[in-house]
Formats: sequence, C-alpha cells, structure tokens
Amino acid sequence: MPELLGLARRVAERATVGEEVEVYVARGRETSIRVFEGAIEQLTAAESAGVGVRVISAGRQGFSYVGELDGFAALEALREARDNATFATVDEHAGLASPDGVEPPVLDLWRQELVSFPTDDKVALALDLERRVRAGDPRIRQVVSADYLDGLGEEAIATSRGIEVTSRSTGCYLFVQAVAGDGDDTQTGFGYSVGRAPADLDIEAAAVDAVDRATRLLGAKKARSAKLTAVLDRRVTATLLGILSGTLSGEEVAKGRSLFTGRMGEQVGVDELTLIDDPTNPLAYGASQHDAEGLACRCNSLIEGGELKGFLYNTYAGRLAGTSSTGSAVRGGFRTTPGVGARALSLQPGRHDQAEIIAEVSEGFLVQSITGVHSGVNPVSGDFSVGAEGLMIRGGELAEPVREVTIASTIQRMLQHIVAVGSDVEWLPGAATGVTLAIDDIAMSGS
Amino acid sequence: MPLTVGPLTDLVEAPTLGRVLHESLRRGGDFAEIFAEDCSSSSIFLDDSKVEELSSGRDRGAGIRVVVGETTGFAHTADLSEKGLLTAAEAAAAVAREGGAGVREAPLSRRAPEPHQVTTYPSTVPKSAKVDLLLLADDTARSAGGAIVQVSAGYGDSRRRILVANSDGLLASDDRVRTRLFVTCVASGDGGLQTGSHSLAYTLGFEMFDDHPVEEVARQAARRAITKLDARPAPSGVLPVVLKSGTGGIIFHEACGHGLEADHILKDSSVYTGRLGQVVASRGVTLVDDGSLGPNWGSLAIDDEGRPTQRNVLIQDGVLTDYMWDYLRARKEGRTSSGNGRRQSYQDLPMVRMTNTFLLAGNEDPDEIVSQTPHGVYVAQLGGGQVNTATGDFVFGMTEAYLIEDGRITEPLRNANLIGNGPDVLSKIDAIGDDFEMWPGTCGKDGQNVSVGCGQPTLRVTGITIGGTASA
Repeated sequence: MPELLGLARRVAERATVGEEVEVYVARGRETSIRVFEGAIEQLTAAESAGVGVRVISAGRQGFSYVGELDGFAALEALREARDNATFATVDEHAGLASPDGVEPPVLDLWRQELVSFPTDDKVALALDLERRVRAGDPRIRQVVSADYLDGLGEEAIATSRGIEVTSRSTGCYLFVQAVAGDGDDTQTGFGYSVGRAPADLDIEAAAVDAVDRATRLLGAKKARSAKLTAVLDRRVTATLLGILSGTLSGEEVAKGRSLFTGRMGEQVGVDELTLIDDPTNPLAYGASQHDAEGLACRCNSLIEGGELKGFLYNTYAGRLAGTSSTGSAVRGGFRTTPGVGARALSLQPGRHDQAEIIAEVSEGFLVQSITGVHSGVNPVSGDFSVGAEGLMIRGGELAEPVREVTIASTIQRMLQHIVAVGSDVEWLPGAATGVTLAIDDIAMSGS
Repeated sequence: MPLTVGPLTDLVEAPTLGRVLHESLRRGGDFAEIFAEDCSSSSIFLDDSKVEELSSGRDRGAGIRVVVGETTGFAHTADLSEKGLLTAAEAAAAVAREGGAGVREAPLSRRAPEPHQVTTYPSTVPKSAKVDLLLLADDTARSAGGAIVQVSAGYGDSRRRILVANSDGLLASDDRVRTRLFVTCVASGDGGLQTGSHSLAYTLGFEMFDDHPVEEVARQAARRAITKLDARPAPSGVLPVVLKSGTGGIIFHEACGHGLEADHILKDSSVYTGRLGQVVASRGVTLVDDGSLGPNWGSLAIDDEGRPTQRNVLIQDGVLTDYMWDYLRARKEGRTSSGNGRRQSYQDLPMVRMTNTFLLAGNEDPDEIVSQTPHGVYVAQLGGGQVNTATGDFVFGMTEAYLIEDGRITEPLRNANLIGNGPDVLSKIDAIGDDFEMWPGTCGKDGQNVSVGCGQPTLRVTGITIGGTASA
C-alpha cells in the first residue's frame, strides 16, 4: 500500500496555486469460481487497478481516470482532468474535503487467511455447496450455478488539502441458485453466505436457504387482489432500506429531488421507526474507516422515533445545504467521482422475531423476494410497486405459496404503516442490514 | 505463422498474438482466445442548471480464456506487453493442468465485416459543443412550464476498439463508437413531486444530433413529468393493456428474450427449453434479434468473440424457431454461434446476450387498436424490467401511462410495475400495429451490463396484472 499512497501523493503534489487536486488509487485482486454438475465451469483470477484524478480550479470541477497504475498515465489523467475542469460551470460549492478532526474508527477489515487460501480449497467450497443443494431435497431439479467469489481491495487517497489515507479489506462469498420442480411446476431460490475470511462462511446455511426458498414456493399460484399486511423477509427489508437511503441523500434533498425535501424534524414514520447509518460497526460488511473523500466514517442518525433527524452528505452536498460532510462520500471505483451514499444502514430492532410477528397477522403476505425495484420504485414521488412472491398468512399461520403478484403503496405511506420491526437482525452484503418488517395497508395485485 | 495484418494490431502485435495463443494451450486445452480492448470514454453531467462535471478516461487491457472440456479458465490484464499477456495466459491455462485434448492451432486470418460508418468521431468535437447541448437541454426543459423545478441531463460518448484472436485461426476487430444523451425532469404540484425522462442513444458519432435534436429529448422529459402531476394511482388488478411502439419492446426482452438465451436453455433453467417448433406466442408474433441492424444501440459489426452479427429469427408467426448462441454453447450443440457472445469489457467472460431484439410490425392501425379497447391501460413509456427465466415470471415498469375508457385515452396514471408470465403474455397478444419504433436500453445479466435495443409496433395484450393501488 505505500506504493499506492506514494503514487497518489506524487500526482496530488502537482497542484498549482489556487488549484485543488484529489487522487484516488485502487487495486484489487479477485477470484471467481463457478461449478456445475461437479466440475469447474469457470475459474477467473484477475487483478485490476486504476487512478481517478479530480481537479477543482476557480470553482470548476473536472475528472479523469486511467485503468492502470502507471505514473505517466496518472499524470496524463491529471492533464485531462484540468482540461475538463475548464468547461464546467463555476460552482461556489465545489471543493475537496478539508480535514475535520474527526478520528476514524479502528477497524481491521483485512484477513491474511484469505490471501493465502489455496485455489483448490476455494473450488472445493463451491463443489461442496452445489452437492449440498442437490442433496437437500429430491425436488431440486437443477443447480444453475454455485459460485465462490473473493476479493482483496486496497485504496489510497491523497489530496492537495492534506488528506492522506489508505485502507484495505478482504471479502468472500458463496452464492447458489437452485431450481425446484414438481411435475410441470418450477420455482427458484437462491442462498448465500458472506464473510471477510473463508472461516466466516456458513456453507450449510446458504445451501438450506436456497433449497427452502425454491421448494416452499412449489405450487404457488397467483392470488386475488387484496389490501393486506405485508411481512417483509429480512433480505427484502434490506432492499427497501437501500431505496430509502437514496431519498436521504443530502444532495438529492438540497436539489429538491427527494420526497423528504423540506421535511426535516417532521414525524415521517411511526414511533418504532429508528434508522441509522453506522459504518463504524465492524459487524457491517459496509464498515469502513474513511469515506471516499478520505474523511472519517461516523455513525449518522437519520430517523429517530419516526422523526426525520438527518441526511447524508459528502463535501459538496454539505456545502450546498449549508452544513458539513457527514463522512458519507461513496464511489464506485476509480472511474467515478464521489457521490453520496449509505454504507451500513440499520433499523433499531424490535422485540419479536419473524414467527412471532407472523402469529399476530390475521391476513397477510410473507414477502420472500421482490423484483423490478429499478423499474417500479420512484424515490422522488415515492411511488412503490414491485413484483413479489412468498406465502400467504392466514390467522397467524403461513398458508399457500403465491407468485406473479405485485405489492404497492408509496414510501411515505409505508413508513406511517409499519406495524412491527423484527428482532432478527442479519448482517448482509451491501449497504443495509436485514430485519423482518411488517407493514399494513399494502395493495397486493393479482387476479 | 502467416497473418493478414488487421487494423488493430497496434493494440497487440500479430506475432505476439500467435505466441500467446500457443502458450495458452501449451499444457493442453481445446480452445484459447485473446480479447484485447482499448476504450476511451467521456461524459458530462448537468444538474441544477450547472455543468457539474466533465469526466473522461481510458481503459486498455486483454482477457484471455482457455477452454478445457467443459471448463473455462480466464484471466485479464491491463498490461498489453507480451510479458503481461503471457502471465495472463499462464493464469488462464491453470485449469488445463490435468491435460486436455491437446494443442490444435490454426493460422490466424482476418475475417470481419466493416464497423459501422461514423462521420463525426466525438473525440474531434470540442468539449464546449458537448456542454452546449446540455445547457440547451436544461433551457428547453425549464421553459416547458413553471412546474419544472429540477432538471438533470447527461451526455456520454465512447470509442471501444476491440481485437479478438483465437486458436481456431480467427482474427477480427471492431471499432465501436457510441453516443448518448438523457434528460430527467422533476415537476412539482399539489400532489407532490413527479419525474419524467427521455433518452437518445445510438451506435453513431456526434452526427446523431443531426437527426435527433436535443430540444425534442428535453421537451419529452418535461412533458412526462408535468403530465403526471395530475395522475391518479394506477389500478390494481388484471386489465387489457395497449403498449405504444418503442419502449414496449422491453416486454419481449423480458418475457422471452432472456429465456431464449442458450446458456439458460442448456442448463434447463428456461421455460423455453425443449420447445423448438412449438407454438409459444399468438399468431402474427415474429421476434427477431439482429445485431447488424443499422446504428441501433445494440448493434455491433462482430460480437465479442469475433463472430459477425446477423439477423436471427427466434419466433416465426408464433412458432419458436431458434435460440441465441455464443461460441461455447454452440460448440456443445455442434452448431455455429449466432453472433450473440458479448461481454461488458476485457475483464469479463463472454456469455449469450441479446443485441437488438424486436417484434416485427403487423397490419393494424394503432389508433384503432386503442379505439377497440373499451377499458384498459395505454402504456406510452416503459422504464425497465426483470425476469426469472426458470419460471417465466417477469415485471416491467410503466413510466408514462393512461387509462383507456370507452376506446379513448383519458387520465394519466402514476408509475407502477406490471407483472406477467412470459408464455402466458405472448399468447395473449391479440392486436399488432403497423407502426414500429426502437428503444435503447442497458441490459444487466450476471453482473455485466451491455447496450441493447428493443423494439415493437403498438400492440395489445388482452390481460395483464397492473400493480397499482386503486381498484380496477
């Protein structure tokens, strides 16, 4: 990593008077293995690296990147970023992050065991996963894919405003897609497990999850349209929180593009609704010491007891809104500039687990998975309509499986109609944790 | 090794290609391939009436795959020197350690169609001219009405030069230039905020704007947002749906396109497995995938395995005639690829993907299709979708829609998803218009995004579930 920071520093040092330069350098190594019918179908071993350079000069921002770690190429990116900046509109809020004195959390996100984990053992994990799913139930007709994936990531940021940070992390995943069949009926389910090192992976849980999810939907039919209580499975809740985080971006709010614009301090949800983004929690897979501009990550409270308490900001959004960064800059690699985003959202858990919540529902729908989130949810208007499959709930008990229906409401309405938050917190890959969530007054559309 | 020098051997010199392929198969294997790429792209983003950012970048590298029986080894590198390529070749060949069918190499010979003609390479256009397009879009959208409170607009162009060489002797190259522009507006009214968007994207250079004025894109986006301010919640339940030509092509992309990709077929994870020659759609439904169709967003001269793209008829008058194929899946079935092997970049393995997928026009008057629908929903714009190929269940989202009452298009509806089952919906198409339009989109599969085109005439589905909240 000293070489990454060294490269970043050498380019950032080229900043001229009145010019700000930020250099983000990233390097990653990944292995990806897919097995099928007891043999390796694909094995990918790859390294990638690159440099992204942001220049702000007289209130104008420009950016350029290059997909290699080469000093000359990085200087070419600096030249190109400077040229790009000359065409941008002058924006008084443009600027790089200034060190703000907040101490970053102490996190150890690197596992040396993964670095030295042999490829043969990775293949064995994927094969074992496929075997367990095929043996899990006689109705499992196909395992479309059983994957082992891992990655080692290192990054460094140096800026002309004095920021110099490095970080590194490891991660590994098992992922399996199963197809169950019974006569003409076909259903699918997937399972996964995530960890920072192979020892964290729960292969049996991933296999059982895929088998259960596929088989319990066998016989599913389209249901009749109804207004009912939707009980969201943990993974579905995590997806919902991800949508919510877009509406809590301080940049979208300041630009009038969020359903929360102008609503700070209002009661936007039920009393039981408390939402934080806490990347300082080492249990979260989105945990990080610093954000994508090099500021310390911190715990941000967004909704407390139903009251809208805060938004997420990077440096630009903070200035735009007349406040400061909450350490919430994120970026999708070296090819993009920092945006605003959550890393580790979680709801304050309630007192009851999923089974106890279901027992309280007279007519409802346990939502196992949703589809069409990108096409059916609008974070500006709040319209919410997604495809869903799962199990009906009747008199507090799980009943027949259901497919090819949609569930709809608006985000605003859903937050006011939460009837229970589960106690069953699950740390998931991505930027949000899972927990069972029951919401009433949901329109289910079917036949 | 005899060799015709192609235009892109500046990426990797021809003798190097031969030596790297040889090294890839030294320990055995059936097939080796080098995919080299040099991609330059630029983008500009306008938001809040400010040109917030100009960005540009370059990615160069090569992916090498070695196939041994049913196993594929893959490695990629940003180092295009012979040393870098040989290191990647060795990593990709690691799967061949148990010995394969032995080395089978053919001399490289170049055979590839000419790339699509570009008149104005975006790299030759001053950045200020690109910026001006976005400022014009912002102005035009904001002047559409006081209800427009926010506008964002983006411009992007890319030039992707690729070279493919493989151990069957293929050497092919392509030079792909793509340009796109989008505008998204937010309108504010008594009922809250609404959004509207429109986009333009072609496998063309800057000359795209000669035929497609930016103002038109901006006006469409603004009109959509303003119209929806008065929208009522979409109905909940099953209704007849008339899909306007263009974005409705998403329905075929999702309802059957993905299910006709041979990788799903060979793994028995598609509802269309084993159904060749059977009736899978209403009469009159003819579905085509054609990567060679003009400057559309999904067009390519060759696919990412070096195979020239072609017109593939998938469904002919309701009967399933073929699937889409890439090299590996075709080899397994002892046939040739249909030119559908695509990858996002040199860092990805190719797989079966759609190019431009569309339903051919019929002979009914689009207006009459509406007037002969007593009660239903008219969908003028769809915003994307998703499918489970194994069950055929798919969703797609309407972003501009209206009620049809007594054969007339009446009130606007708020956004909602529609849900259906592929084979079921295809058999419920009862009217096909004589108009036609293509629409550009981005298709995601297994983590890789590629540009695709969708298209269709105006058509009617007799019943599909609309996922709104109001009683139908």
